[in-house]
Amino acid sequence: MSEWTKHDLLDLQDVSRDEIELILQTAKSFKEVSARDVKKVPALRGKTVVMLFFENSTRTRSSFELAAKRLSADTINIAAGSSSVSKGESVLDTARNIEAMNVDAIIVRHSAGGVPQMLSRHLKASIINAGDGCRSHPTQALLDMFTIKEKLGRIEGLKVAIVGDIRHSRVARSNIKGLTTMGAEVTVCGPATLVPREVVSLGAKINYDIYDVIKKSDVIMPLRIQMERQEQKFLPSLREYAIRFGIDKTKLKEAKKNVIIMHPGPTNRGLELSAEVADGEYSVILDQVTNGVAVRMAILYLLLGTKEKPTEDG
Amino acid sequence: MSLLIKNAIIVNADRMAKQPQDILIEKGVIAKIAPSIKADKAKVIDAKDKLVLPGLIDIHVHFREPGQEHKETIETGMAAAAKGGFTTVMCMPNTNPVIDNRSIAELVVNEAKRIGTINVFPIGAITEGLKSEELTDMFELKDAGCAALSDDGRCVSNSHIMRLAMEYAKMVGILLIQHCEDHDLTVGSVMNEGITSALLGFKGHPGPAESIIVARDIELAHYLDARMHFAHMSLKRSIELIRAAKAKGIKITAEATPHHFTLTEEALKSFDTNAKVNPPLRTEEDVAAVKEALNDGTIDCIVTDHAPHAREDKEHDLDHAPCGITGLETSVGLAVTELVDTKVLSWPQLAEKMASAPARIMGLTKKGALAEDYDGDVTIIDPKAEWVVREEDFVSKSVNSPFVGRKLKGRVEATICAGKVVFSR
Amino acid sequence: MTNSTIMDQETVQRAVTRIAHEILEKNRGIKDLCIIGIRTRGAVLAERINACIKQIEGNKAPLGILDITLYRDDLTTVDIQPIVRETLIKFDITGKKVVLVDDVLFTGRTIRSALDALIDFGRPSSIQLAVLVDRGHRELPIRADYVGKNIPTSVDQDVKVILKESDKKDDQVIVGERKKK
Repeated sequence: MSEWTKHDLLDLQDVSRDEIELILQTAKSFKEVSARDVKKVPALRGKTVVMLFFENSTRTRSSFELAAKRLSADTINIAAGSSSVSKGESVLDTARNIEAMNVDAIIVRHSAGGVPQMLSRHLKASIINAGDGCRSHPTQALLDMFTIKEKLGRIEGLKVAIVGDIRHSRVARSNIKGLTTMGAEVTVCGPATLVPREVVSLGAKINYDIYDVIKKSDVIMPLRIQMERQEQKFLPSLREYAIRFGIDKTKLKEAKKNVIIMHPGPTNRGLELSAEVADGEYSVILDQVTNGVAVRMAILYLLLGTKEKPTEDG
Repeated sequence: MSLLIKNAIIVNADRMAKQPQDILIEKGVIAKIAPSIKADKAKVIDAKDKLVLPGLIDIHVHFREPGQEHKETIETGMAAAAKGGFTTVMCMPNTNPVIDNRSIAELVVNEAKRIGTINVFPIGAITEGLKSEELTDMFELKDAGCAALSDDGRCVSNSHIMRLAMEYAKMVGILLIQHCEDHDLTVGSVMNEGITSALLGFKGHPGPAESIIVARDIELAHYLDARMHFAHMSLKRSIELIRAAKAKGIKITAEATPHHFTLTEEALKSFDTNAKVNPPLRTEEDVAAVKEALNDGTIDCIVTDHAPHAREDKEHDLDHAPCGITGLETSVGLAVTELVDTKVLSWPQLAEKMASAPARIMGLTKKGALAEDYDGDVTIIDPKAEWVVREEDFVSKSVNSPFVGRKLKGRVEATICAGKVVFSR
Repeated sequence: MTNSTIMDQETVQRAVTRIAHEILEKNRGIKDLCIIGIRTRGAVLAERINACIKQIEGNKAPLGILDITLYRDDLTTVDIQPIVRETLIKFDITGKKVVLVDDVLFTGRTIRSALDALIDFGRPSSIQLAVLVDRGHRELPIRADYVGKNIPTSVDQDVKVILKESDKKDDQVIVGERKKK
C-alpha cells in the first residue's frame, strides 16, 4: 500500500487510485473506533483544527467536528459567512488571521470554486476542502466510495448513476472523478438545462432516459434539487422534475435486485427522492452519514502527519 | 527644442526601411527624415540596432480616475503607457462618476494636460450612467474632447437605444465602440463556458453572448449605414461575422487584446484571478482565429484593455474578484513574442495594428506614421531584447497580470511624444 | 553484519506451548480469560497460544486483535503517518482477565500504548503480558508475566521475529546489527 505524502486535500484531481485505496482502508479502521463505547483515540492530541465555513452546512461541519474530536484534536468553528467579504476583508485575509493563531488544519467551505487552492498556496496549515463552489467536495465523494465498497464489495466495474442538477453539483464533479479513477462507469442523468454537455469531458456518460439509467445501474445517486435553481428558471417546474426524474418505487421496479440508493443529503423528499425509497430497503443514506465521520477521521489522521509544506508566502 | 533620432530603422505600416535614417523633430512635429541629418542644437538619441515605429496608440484603456484612484490614476496610467511605448491612449468612461457629461470629460483632459507627457483622450459614455436607457449629450461630449463613445464594461443591450445611438452619433460624427455582451447570458459568469468551466464548476460565459451582439450591431450598422467599432473581440464566431460583414462593405472595425491572442481558458485552471477578464479567455481555436484575423485585417488594431486592479481586489476568490488585466507594460513584448516572432504579423503590420489603424479609426490625421509633417510621436523598440515580466517592475499602480514570470522578446527602449522623451530605459 | 538465529521453528512453538500452560496455571483455567494480540505478530502469537489452550482445555478463550498505532507516543514526530489497521475486539473486556500478547518486549512503549488502548475498551479486572522475546532495555516501568525467551542484547542490535502466518517463512528469531539510517 502506498504512503500518504499530501499535505492538503483540495480535490480528487491529483489523488491516485492507490491513495484513495489507502484512505478507504484507513477509514475502515476508524469506523471501528466510532463503534466503541469510548469513541476517542489520542492520535491527534494537541493539534488544532479550524472549521472555516463561509457557507452554511450543518452536516458536513458536524461530521468534520466529530471526526476531529474523536481523534482528540481541539476544534473551533468559524462561520465566516459572506459578510466579511462585504466588510472588505478578503478570504485570504481572514484565513491568514486564523493561521496566525497557530492552527494545524483548516477545513474550508466556500461558495466560490478554488478558494481551498488559494489558501493552500499561501498558508502552511493543512487545507481540507469541505466543498468549494460547484467544483469539488472530495470528502463526500470519498465517503460515497467507502459506502459503495462496503455495501457492494467493490467499486471497479460498477455502473453508477448520478441524477439531477449536475451543473451546480460539486458532489457530482468529485464523484465522477473519484469513481472513474477507481474504475467505475459513471452516467449522469437529469434535465438538459442542468446537465452541461461538457460533462462528457470529465469522463461521464450522459443519458437523459431515467428508466434506462435505473435499469442498468448498480448505484443510483439522486442529488438535491436546490430551490434557488428553480427560481433561476432552470426547470419548467418542480412538479415536472419530480414526475420525470424523481426516484420513486415505481421507477425502481426495473432496477437491479441489489441496487443501492445514495444521497448526499439533505433530501427533498417527494422531489428528487420519494420518502418510501429514502427509508426503503435499497437506501444507504444513513450509512453514508456514519461513514462520513470515519472517512473524515482517516483524512485528518493522514494529512496531519505529513511534513510542513513550502508556501508562496515563504 | 529639437530632437534628433540617429540611425533609425523606420517601420511604417506600409514598409520597413532597409537603411538607417535620421529623424529630426522640431516644435513637436517631424521636420525631416533623411540619412545623416546635422542639427547642432538638437538633443540626440542613437537608435542603432533598434526599430523605430510611429508612436503607439491604444484606444482602449481604463485609468480609474475619478473614483478608484487606489487602482490607477491618470498620472500613473500615463507613466505605464509611456513605459509600454504608447504616445496616445483613450480612456474608457466607466469611472465613478461615469464620463457621461462635459465636466468629467474635462477633468480627464485637464489632468492629462497638467501632467503633460503623452496624449490622453477621454471616451464618453453612449448612455447616461452606462445604463442603456438614455443617450448622453453627444455633441457636448465631443466638444469636451471625447474621441469616441462607449459604454465599455457594459453593453448597450437595449436594441432600440443602440439604434438611436448609431443614428445620432453618425450625425455628430463620433465613433461608437461596443462592448459586445448579452448580459442575460452571462449573469454570474467567471470564465468561458466550455470544458474548463464544466471541470471547475464555474458559471460560464457562453460564446453567443458576444457574437449575438456583434451580429445585431452589424445588422444595425448595415441598416443605418453607420460606423461601428467592436471592442476586444475574443471569439472565432464573432470574427467570422465581422469578416463577412466587411466583405459586404459594412463600415465596421474591430480590435483585439494581447491576452486574447496569448492565453486560453486553461489559465483559469490554477484559479489565478489575474486571468479573469471580460470577455473571458477562450479556447485554442479562438486564439488561432484572433491571430488569423489580425493577419488578414478582419481585426484592425491591437488594444490593451488596460484594466488595473489593486492586489486586495484580486486576492478574492474567482467569483468575487473583478475582471481585468494591467496591460500597457506587457503589450509590445506580447505582440512581438506571440505575433511577430511567430510570423503572424510582419513589423510593418505591427505598426499598422498598434499605430496607423488606431489613428485612422479615431481620425487622428497627423498620427500613426513616421513622415515629415506628422506629429513627433515615436516609439523605439529593441526587437531582440529578452526580458521577464516582474511585479516589481510595473510602474502602473497595479500588478494584476497573468504574465508575471513570463519571458518575453521585444522591449520598448524609448517613447517620444511631440518631440519630448517621455520614457527611456 | 552478523545475524544469528536464536530461536527456530521448534523452539518458538515450544515457547508458545509453555506460555499457554503458564497462563492456564496462573489463571486456573479459562474462566473470564481473554487473549488480545498486538498487531501484527502479537496477533499471530495470540492465535497460536489460544490454539494450545484449546488443546489443553478443550475450549478457546475469546480472542482479540489490537492495533496500537493511534496510541503511539511518537505520532507527532514521524514524517509520514503509519498505516492504521483495524482493531477487532468483539467482546466486552470489563471484568475480564486480559492477556496481552506481543512478539518482542523492548522499550515498553508499545505496551504502554496498548494499555491505554485497552482501557478505552473497558475496565478489565487484570491485564497480563505475554511476549515471545524479552530483550531488555526498558524505558518504562513495564515487565512481562510470561516470557518465551530472555535474550540479552545491546541497544544497537535488532531483534527480528519471523512467523509463518505473517511472514510466509518458517518461524525464527534473529538477532543482528541494527541497520544504520
